[in-house]
Amino acid sequence: MTTRAITRRALLAVAFLALALPARADQPLLADLTGHLIAITTGFTGTSVVLFGATDGPGDIVAIVRGPERDSVVWQKRHLAGLWINGHSVTFANVPSYYAVFSNRKLADIAPANAQAQSQIGIGNLRIDPRDPQTRPDETTTFRAALIAEQKRAHLFGEYPGSVAFLGDRLFRATLNFPANVPTGNYLVEVLLIRSGKVVSGQTTPLVIAETGVGADVSEFAENNAALYGVGAVLGAALLGWLASLPFRNV
Amino acid sequence: MGILDIYLPIAGVSLDVMALLILGAAVGVLSGVFGVGGGFLLTPLLIFIGVPPAVAVASSANQLVGASVSGAIAHWRRGNIDFLMGALMLLGGFAGSVLGVWLFAILRRIGQVELFVSLAYALLLTTLGALMMIESTRSLLRRRRGITLRRKLHQHTWLHGLPFKLRFRRSKLYTSALLPVILGFLVGVLSAVLGVGGGFVMVPAMIYLLRMPTAVVPGTSLFQIIFVTAAVTLLQAVENNTVDVVLAIVLLIGGVIGAQLGTRWGAKLRGEELRALLALIVLAVAAKLVFDLTVKPDNLFSLGTLEL
Repeated sequence: MTTRAITRRALLAVAFLALALPARADQPLLADLTGHLIAITTGFTGTSVVLFGATDGPGDIVAIVRGPERDSVVWQKRHLAGLWINGHSVTFANVPSYYAVFSNRKLADIAPANAQAQSQIGIGNLRIDPRDPQTRPDETTTFRAALIAEQKRAHLFGEYPGSVAFLGDRLFRATLNFPANVPTGNYLVEVLLIRSGKVVSGQTTPLVIAETGVGADVSEFAENNAALYGVGAVLGAALLGWLASLPFRNV
Repeated sequence: MGILDIYLPIAGVSLDVMALLILGAAVGVLSGVFGVGGGFLLTPLLIFIGVPPAVAVASSANQLVGASVSGAIAHWRRGNIDFLMGALMLLGGFAGSVLGVWLFAILRRIGQVELFVSLAYALLLTTLGALMMIESTRSLLRRRRGITLRRKLHQHTWLHGLPFKLRFRRSKLYTSALLPVILGFLVGVLSAVLGVGGGFVMVPAMIYLLRMPTAVVPGTSLFQIIFVTAAVTLLQAVENNTVDVVLAIVLLIGGVIGAQLGTRWGAKLRGEELRALLALIVLAVAAKLVFDLTVKPDNLFSLGTLEL
């Protein structure tokens, strides 16, 4: 699906939502995605999903997208006998593999720091703790900062103020972009409606990013029939090598 | 991002097909000309363009199977494979890779694989490159001065005094069977630990230690690399699920064309020039490795994910 097609669909959906809204006036926030499954196929180079919704009045919208959690090791290089080698490391538990915050304006303008911390909004308020509780606090701080910097560099962590656009003061829309290296798994999209610094309403929508098609078949086979896959890989390569030598036989 | 990106299912990244094809072809030319698999260049280059290191190592091994089959066939048609020598090297090679895999597991446990691999490469490549450079320059100079110094057919060192002597007809050698077995063993260890076919170690060793004629060296080396890389591919697929066939196939398509061209170019180049060229490439890779280890990195931190 092209981005334009997605956008058109989103606009249609928003229009529909606007019509449906009066009937559900008790709900201060309604939001959904144009798709709940991102299929990673052979030609995958990143994609976008449109988030759309409506509020029962003016307010700020913050959408937090979280990827599946995993443990991450951060290595620090040190100088030893003229060489830079991996020295100390800190392992952090349950780090989201993807974390992005989309909002209509700067988070600092939307809510005071303590309110952001309370609702865990923003990269700075992510709870990333070392697996080993004995880790020194200063070490934790340094290594956590390095982890965040690396994730930002890979476009897997990010804050995008101004990415949520309002159409009037009740309808909103945001394009959530995912890079080509996006980790697969179950994602959660948390949409928050904030008024004068306080979270008034929230809604959580699931999003699945999964491999499909030939790519998925290949990786699934590689996992489940590892030995057969290995033999196939060897034989396939050998066959291709032999075939390639045929046209040159009489040269 | 390129025009024609392809998603690599095991690596989990999208890369430009053209870049991969060109990379494969360049390494294929090397493979055909010198009889080295080119894994020592392919693996770091793949990591550089964004393939996870474990997948890069395993998938290059996979592509090397095909590239060396193609190269070996071309040499076999010219009668340039010493099968007896190759088989003996293989014998040692399999034993060596078992030891290598075990060593690799220990290094991984203490978190120093990266350092060990870089250092081992740097040390090996510098030594080999320097030796080859000195030797080939010397003979090039000699030829330019018009002195034809024939290589002695029987240059005996203590190595040739070892038992189990065999006649290697293709190589015109009468030497101990222990030599190729030991050499194969050492290269097998290196293959498993460094994730390469080991041709870049094998080729110089065959020329300078075994004193095989230059003509049969590439074919025999490629013959042996087929089996070593096949073993590595299988092991990686079973143990780590890191072989990306899509990546391997794309590299291979570029690689086989390169290998055929390389074999023909190799036949036209003179032995000394060939060795000087290989020495230059080997030294350049070594210099890059040393540079990366000694220059303060821009970023002192790196990330790793724990596989659970």
